[in-house]
Amino acid sequence: MQSVGVLALQGGVAEHATILRELNFNVIEIRTPDILDSISALFLPGGESTTLLFLMNRWGLTEPIKRMGENGFPIFGTCAGAVLLSSHISEMEHEIKQESLRLADVKAIRNYFGRQTGSFIEDISIQGLEDTFRGVFIRAPLLQPLSEKVDILSSVDDGPVLVRQDNLWLSSFHPELTSDNRLHRLFLERSGLLSREE
Amino acid sequence: MNKTRTEGTWEAKAGLARMLKGGVIMDVVTPEQAELAQTAGAVAVMALERVPADIRSQGGVARMSDPDMIKGIQQIVDIPVMAKCRIGHFVEAQILEAMNIDYIDESEVLTPADENNHVYKFDFKIPFVCGATNLGEALRRIGEGAAMIRTKGEAGTGNVVEAVRHARSVLGSIRKLKVTPPEELMTIAKEMGAPYDLVKYVHENGCLPVVNFAAGGIATPADAALMMQLGMDGVFVGSGIFKSGNPEKRARAIVEAVSRFNDPAILAEVSGNLGEAMVGINISTLPDEERMADRGW
Repeated sequence: MQSVGVLALQGGVAEHATILRELNFNVIEIRTPDILDSISALFLPGGESTTLLFLMNRWGLTEPIKRMGENGFPIFGTCAGAVLLSSHISEMEHEIKQESLRLADVKAIRNYFGRQTGSFIEDISIQGLEDTFRGVFIRAPLLQPLSEKVDILSSVDDGPVLVRQDNLWLSSFHPELTSDNRLHRLFLERSGLLSREE
Repeated sequence: MNKTRTEGTWEAKAGLARMLKGGVIMDVVTPEQAELAQTAGAVAVMALERVPADIRSQGGVARMSDPDMIKGIQQIVDIPVMAKCRIGHFVEAQILEAMNIDYIDESEVLTPADENNHVYKFDFKIPFVCGATNLGEALRRIGEGAAMIRTKGEAGTGNVVEAVRHARSVLGSIRKLKVTPPEELMTIAKEMGAPYDLVKYVHENGCLPVVNFAAGGIATPADAALMMQLGMDGVFVGSGIFKSGNPEKRARAIVEAVSRFNDPAILAEVSGNLGEAMVGINISTLPDEERMADRGW
């Protein structure tokens, strides 16, 4: 059985783990760098990005995960996890200069859709999935591509909410808050960890 | 424009609380404290005029904070900002919603506005967190629309004993309900004074339908880790940080402890040299009328 890691410092860890177990993966919760070499893909969950950045730096995870990402290792960040992967992070008003992974050529605009009262649910179309997907957007960021290397897989009101740069996937919504495992499956298929379902 | 978009749904409300799991929510009274909390890794801040320890010592009626003071904090931080309304004071809740607060705490720390009824929380787009001392109370609050539950430990005392009591009571009842035969559920619902469908949910799923945080009396990294090991999803720290000798260090240490709550070597490392903890109060010496956990039902 292959192992997939979920960064387990804060946020929606159990939700990702439930979906991954459903897809028959062994789930490893990542809190320290020493177990990173036992996994074949990594999920960065939703949570609070400033908290996750603080804790990743504190427990020595930023550098090793950054190196893995640069070397083609499959990483999927959802919401705050996507913010961690982005090369540029900005709030609606100001730039944030915390130490981060900065792996994908993406500018994450935090709280783009507003604070909690602006959180919403919307059925979205995703390139690679036949039927629509229930997008749960909670204080969600927008994911603006900054180079040709970034493909947009889904948009809401013309704003990119699911993007891919080679081995890196970023979503501004929370697939882990649905009972639908199709997006996790799609990422794992395209990363060569699952064979395509006929 | 978009026919399928819906805002303020239960999913979005309870979903935000899920994203706070494993995190520390800190009481702050100024924008400076809010910024310090964010830098220290807080997942959210609770904007207040006075921390519970001061509410306790100064007495008088404690109400919702001044909206301008809350706005000052909203402008400084990017993390979610919560604020408290009095139990049953739905107009304070309307005001907080109009201000685009991220979460309302319908809190026993403030003086209750209604001795019989809590706010009907389904009327709001914004999510609520409510305190509970036992499972029946937790399910009554969820039945009224609370999207997050917390213990009702004695705020402002620096004494974790009540939070532990409530956590053990709620989690113990959940464990018992899981193995209760279905024909006994209605009687349990009757005795608990809780909605039957929620009692059934807990029986079937072995957990609450919303996240469950620890709050009240948490003053040290060890207190926070204790609540996490008991099975809580995260912690609120009120007076414990800014009433201590070195708030910045203590705030960081509590965040670190919650992220590695199962690792005693790490807990030892982060607990060292934090300066003076807040002075505690023994709850058995508190007169009944000063006990906040008894407010609400």
